Amino acid sequence: NFMTTETEKNSFERIIDKVWDLFASIKFAVIIFAVISLTSIVGTILEQNAEPEKNIQILSKIFGESTAPSLYIILDKLHFTSMYNSWWFILLLLLFAANLIICSIDRLPRILRLVRESIRPVSLERLNKLSIRKTTSIAGKGHQSKEQIISALQKIGFSPSEHADSSGIQLYAEKGNVTRLGVYITHFSVLVILAGSIIGIYFGFNAYLPLNEGETSSVAYQGGSPIPLGFEIRCDNFEVDFYGSSDRPKDFKSWLTVMKDGKEVIRKSIEVNDPLTYNGITFYQSSYGSSPDTTRGIFVFRVYATDGKSIEINPRIGDTFTIPGTSITGEIVRFNPALSIDASGRPFQYSQQMTNPAVYIEFKEKEKKKYSGWLLKRYPQTWDLPDGNRVEFLEYWGVQYTGLQVRKDPGVFLVYLGCLIMVAGLYITFFMSHRKVWIQLLPGRNNTDIVIGALANKNRASFERKIEKLLHILTADHKGRA
Amino acid sequence: MDSSVFFGVSTIAYFLAMISYISFLAFRKTQIGIIATTITIAGFASQTAAIALRWIEFKDVGQMGWLRAAPLTNLYESLVFFVWCVILAYLIIEFRYRNRSFGAFITPIAGLALAYIDLSGMSKDIQPLVPALQSNWLLAHVLMSFIAYAAFAISFSTGLMYLMVRTEKKSEPIYIFWTVMLSVFIILLSGMGFDYIKFKIAVSGHEELIQNYLFKATFRSSSTATMIVSWLGAGAIVFVIWQFGSHMKKVITGFGITHDILDDITYKSIAIGFPVFTLGGLIFGAIWADQAWGKYWTWDPKETWSLITWFFYAFYLHSRLLRGWRGKKVAVVAVLGFLAVIFTYLGVNLLLSGLHSYGGQ
Ligand code: HEM
Repeated sequence: NFMTTETEKNSFERIIDKVWDLFASIKFAVIIFAVISLTSIVGTILEQNAEPEKNIQILSKIFGESTAPSLYIILDKLHFTSMYNSWWFILLLLLFAANLIICSIDRLPRILRLVRESIRPVSLERLNKLSIRKTTSIAGKGHQSKEQIISALQKIGFSPSEHADSSGIQLYAEKGNVTRLGVYITHFSVLVILAGSIIGIYFGFNAYLPLNEGETSSVAYQGGSPIPLGFEIRCDNFEVDFYGSSDRPKDFKSWLTVMKDGKEVIRKSIEVNDPLTYNGITFYQSSYGSSPDTTRGIFVFRVYATDGKSIEINPRIGDTFTIPGTSITGEIVRFNPALSIDASGRPFQYSQQMTNPAVYIEFKEKEKKKYSGWLLKRYPQTWDLPDGNRVEFLEYWGVQYTGLQVRKDPGVFLVYLGCLIMVAGLYITFFMSHRKVWIQLLPGRNNTDIVIGALANKNRASFERKIEKLLHILTADHKGRA
Repeated sequence: MDSSVFFGVSTIAYFLAMISYISFLAFRKTQIGIIATTITIAGFASQTAAIALRWIEFKDVGQMGWLRAAPLTNLYESLVFFVWCVILAYLIIEFRYRNRSFGAFITPIAGLALAYIDLSGMSKDIQPLVPALQSNWLLAHVLMSFIAYAAFAISFSTGLMYLMVRTEKKSEPIYIFWTVMLSVFIILLSGMGFDYIKFKIAVSGHEELIQNYLFKATFRSSSTATMIVSWLGAGAIVFVIWQFGSHMKKVITGFGITHDILDDITYKSIAIGFPVFTLGGLIFGAIWADQAWGKYWTWDPKETWSLITWFFYAFYLHSRLLRGWRGKKVAVVAVLGFLAVIFTYLGVNLLLSGLHSYGGQ
């Protein structure tokens, strides 16, 4: 006997029912919204995953020096200092998900019935009470005016059914039953996004890889520990572009090569907002810097003699080269990544970054010093030598590293899918509606009186405009015929 | 002509419109109303021209494509756009509901905001973008966030007006709530006004502006006396509004604005703002972060505050479905939601990054 009544239910079943009702209620949802918001506020005041001193300092700015340390201990015990992956925050999200699932299961059958249920004719009395109601009268009678109304309804996108009884003919139609599901689509999308982010946390990683120009790696680092990539990645080159002559970077770019089992698979240049993906692992351009090891550097110079002949050479610091066709030699003495000149004319380095690379070269002819000076990569006017020869400073390769953010996130696809579903769901929820219209034809002597009644579960005003358009079509037809 | 001329014209126009709308409220002459609307439309047209001109200027300076050059790169440009959206939304409401009385509430906000923007020197300084900001996703994100914020601003004002109309006694908690909220809003705006008068500065970064100048003429002044006077003044504003707030009710109802209209506009604005904010504010922001940094969500304070804002409005949408919440309580939620918006935009920079930096002032 499954027809149990309240009194026959044992206490266990009653508890289950209570819990179910709780999880199916909007009140619970609203409470969870509030709790997540309020705890998140605390989470934005404290700095997440920071050293204790930092947060104690923050707390003492608000609550004073004396209470801050003990308050910190309490908040730390409650995991507020790394709250977004704490057990209770995850639990909150799970409760939230359970709330959504149970609430939907609880309501879906009724909504599905509403969706499937098709429109039925109504009595004139009821029609007159509908929230949108219009009347008019058109010339013509019987079949002719019926056809006229059907075609007008079709023009505004409805295909009517017909019902006839003693009071006359009634045409009725509906649209957008399915839009009642919009809310559920939205709710479902929240679950999809949650699922995607959980998959990302458990099956993905977020690591960092600094890679010198010319260097190859088969791992990335997450909090210091290496994570194997399953292939090798090499940085072929790295470059920064600046806005005009300023030190404000406009663009920075790495040329990367992916190698699998010793063979090249992909070559791609990446920049901020344009990453490289291979085998589910994505490399993002995130930072850059100068490598501390200066012995790696190789210059790329193009040397022009006065007769226009040129050669490209690749010396290192300390090397000497010869200008073709002459006996002039240049010795590369030093390199400065960010050269500037102070008030007394002395050169100095103004930045750790390679913002203004410069090389000091001493030129000699037959062991005799001829001239010496700085050649600046960003200033071609410094490339012309006093005797008409020219040394173009094209590149200093191997001394910069590119900072790559390395991510594997198998859940990101679900997150984006969820976002798409959410947008669709919200659009349906707020901008579409279930619309019904009934039109009663009341035959007069040589015309037909009509009563239009209509309903929309949302956005009534815009449906009312549609109905006014319908009236307009009907009366315009009428005028056309008269 | 230079875009700042047009900005100037629109600022003045919004102030003139405010005067006209208020006189319209006082004298109830249709002609005055028509003048007020005309001035607002003129100001709006001028602001549109200003934004377009600035867009062209920016394109030339930044040597970038059209889309990338959209003038939405810093707080002040986005505030200009926000004001533009608010005025547009207001004009739509004026025509749809055939009611001019909201104008007296909206135009002063627009005028003050533009005046404040002018002082901060945004029209003088065009900065090229660092690489992470050169993204169409970011552009879409900022653009849509501000459209949503404009919708939320409308729901904030109608929500407040709803509470004005629906409260009776001075001791009622909800009466106290709305008078305090209105006061806080007026106090914030006047604080910014004083900054404007005092500093007349042109600073490049908005972080810097917010941290070093915002409310420095008043609440955060280095002179203790000024600070005390400011706080006393703020207290006085709260008291006056609390004391005389019930007059607002007569003004509003005198114009045939019923609480149903107000509730309707509040809901409709949020029904537009919520999806736009979801797509633009959260989803596009996440896509941008994903492409730029390799993480679609990092729980940094700004992101978290956007999410909190979103939860506030989700709270609003759902609490409407609860018995006993419809009406005043949900209007309170709508008002609080906009406070979360303001905090996301100003508070995170002003309060939180101040907290999170070592030393500080
Ligand atoms: C972040 C998560 C959520 C989002 C984005 C969301 C979104 C929405 C939206 C947009 C609506 C339509 C509101 C309107 O028409 O004014 C809605 C309605 C509703 N929501 Fe949610 N919701 C969420 C979570 C929840 C949860 C956890 C529950 C659990 C009880 C819930 C229960 C409902 C119910 C019962 C309705 C009314 C359905 C109807 O009118 O048929 N929502 N939700």
